[in-house]
Amino acid sequence: MNETVTLTNKDKFLSHFDLVDFSMDEDFSSDKRKEAMELIQWLDFPTSKAEYWKYTRINKIIKGDYKVSAPENEIEIDLAVPTKNCIVLINGYFSEELSFFDITEGIQFSSLSDAKKSSSILKEKFNSLVKKDEIFADINSAYHQDGAFMHVAKNVQADEPYYILNMVDDSNIISNPRNFIFVEQGANAKVVLKTINTANTGSFTNMVSEIFVEKNAHFEINKIQDEAEDSFQIATEQVVQADDSTFKINTFTLNGAIVRNNLNIDSLGKNTMTYLNGLYPLKGKQHVDNHTYLLHREPNGESHELYKGIMGDSSTGVFNGKVFVHREAQKTNAFQSNANIVMTDTATINSKPELEIYADDVKCSHGSTTGQLDEEALFYLRARGLSKESARAVLVNAFASDVIEQIGVDAVKDEIEKYIDDNYQGIK
Amino acid sequence: MIKIENLHASIEGTEILTGINLEVKAGEVHAIMGPNGSGKSTLANVLAGRDEYEVTEGSVDFLGEDLLDMEPEDRSRAGLFLAFQYPVEIPGVSNINFLKTAINEAREKRGEDPMPAKDFLKRVKEKSKLVELDGRLANRSVNEGFSGGEKKRNEIFQMAMLDPKLAVLDETDSGLDIDALRIVANGVNELKTKDNASIVITHYQRLLDYIVPDFVHVLYQGKIVKTGPKELALELEERGYDWIIKELEEVTA
Ligand SMILES: Nc1ncnc2c1ncn2[C@@H]1O[C@H](COP(=O)(O)OP(=O)(O)OP(=O)(O)O)[C@@H](O)[C@H]1O
Ligand SMILES: [Mg+2]
Repeated sequence: MNETVTLTNKDKFLSHFDLVDFSMDEDFSSDKRKEAMELIQWLDFPTSKAEYWKYTRINKIIKGDYKVSAPENEIEIDLAVPTKNCIVLINGYFSEELSFFDITEGIQFSSLSDAKKSSSILKEKFNSLVKKDEIFADINSAYHQDGAFMHVAKNVQADEPYYILNMVDDSNIISNPRNFIFVEQGANAKVVLKTINTANTGSFTNMVSEIFVEKNAHFEINKIQDEAEDSFQIATEQVVQADDSTFKINTFTLNGAIVRNNLNIDSLGKNTMTYLNGLYPLKGKQHVDNHTYLLHREPNGESHELYKGIMGDSSTGVFNGKVFVHREAQKTNAFQSNANIVMTDTATINSKPELEIYADDVKCSHGSTTGQLDEEALFYLRARGLSKESARAVLVNAFASDVIEQIGVDAVKDEIEKYIDDNYQGIK
Repeated sequence: MIKIENLHASIEGTEILTGINLEVKAGEVHAIMGPNGSGKSTLANVLAGRDEYEVTEGSVDFLGEDLLDMEPEDRSRAGLFLAFQYPVEIPGVSNINFLKTAINEAREKRGEDPMPAKDFLKRVKEKSKLVELDGRLANRSVNEGFSGGEKKRNEIFQMAMLDPKLAVLDETDSGLDIDALRIVANGVNELKTKDNASIVITHYQRLLDYIVPDFVHVLYQGKIVKTGPKELALELEERGYDWIIKELEEVTA
């Protein structure tokens, strides 16, 4: 009798990592990998029956035929990044050649693998925020190659933005970039986390970032997702904010066939400020899903959430924003808004704000709007001599402007403005 | 300047304009009056190129060109300006920036270089002064949060910036207090030359004290049913429209 072994989707997916050599990893990290692998044994890929994944089908992602690339040297590319500090990852591996640093006192900015050798904070906190029951996060914990590490010491004010460039330059690449950012008490820093894909087909980036914003620290992250047209990305940010701190994230999803963002702020101290902003100008058959979760655990927190979509062609947008206000979290102000412009009959949007409030003295609101470009405004502008294309561009720009205004890094602001200008000038 | 012949237009199958004939020559001011719903704004919007209205018959010649065949922006670039009865608010779009784009796109179409920033700003200053539009309003988002009167002034400001050959003012006087009315009228008069013309839609004779028309037309049920000298406006104000409607009925009876 023949014995047949049926491989599950999960087994097939995990087999991509069979040949990757993690033997050089530090002990504490190897232990975490083993733990994560254990967890994966018990988990399965979510189906659309799972509430958390209801509107995003991941079949295409998990059935991809991927390869893990080897570390590359001798890449010639002019990244033209407007900063003095940039970590470059190519297909998930740190590129020493392309990265550059301007040594600043009090700021450690390096590859994750370098930090694993020396950073005590990393040793202590690594993988402490990640949700154990999220299979993609666990896969990252188990199989990440490298990533960026940033540690800003107490009261250090970083003026320049720090760039983390995550580049994919080959087809069918699977990578698990892993970032760790720790901003100490009273410190202030800004990061640009950008994914670019110079190849064309079928890659999957499964990125996880752990972010600690300590007491009275201020941290801003600008996330630009410029995947290839038929590539996939799942990005998870796990954030904790201590008392009196400010955290801001601006997510710009410009390209990618399926992009899913899991943004979880599981712990907010007293008197915190949180800004979650997003802009997704979509075209083709793009599918973008922004899931945010905010837990107000302590009093006097304030959160502002603003997500805006410009939905072209047959694109799909999903917004699911959950705000949970614990009964201890009195005087919480939580505002959430999701607005979408639908440019065609075939674009769709699923918007689901969720507020769960257990404190009585709070101000919370959420709103969700979906509509077309204002025809009256369009006509008004054209009647004053603006071409149809410019009039549309002007209105799209205006729609996006309040998200763009949130960007605290000028170069990013310019980049996104230019993207909108370039992409909406020509639409008919 | 403009010659409208037998113009019929409908919206969602209902005919609103039922055969308009009107010629306006350079240097002239024409007033159009008429009861609510008679089709005044419809005429203005059809001229400006609003595509909700379907032109079913007739023709419009504007400076030798077939106006009805042109896109709204080309009509504007050719020198047609409509001051809207209800100017829309456009949050996030700067009044000044969009005018700059409009002016420069028109120049580009004519093969001219963009207007130097200095000249543009000088013009903004000059023209906002003309309509006594607060400089801060000029810089704000288009009409956003403007009072009714401010919106109307902003329309005249934009008209001054664009320097049209034919201006159609749709009830620009409605909702204006007497000072604002004077300011708007002054603006219009200042811009008047022997080479341009205007069509002034209004319900009130008082505007016509300031902007003196060469002709007054009465629009009723989508047609111009009576045309007269400026005194006709006074008579309409005193006697209303009933006597004209009666006259009409007697003719058709
Ligand atoms: N979008 C539309 N859909 C349906 N009917 C319309 C539409 N726009 C105008 N109408 C109708 O066309 C007729 C003429 O309207 P119009 O706005 O041209 O009148 P008007 O003479 O400008 O009136 P007013 O003095 O009140 O400004 C009215 O009966 C109006 O209800
Ligand atoms: Mg009207």
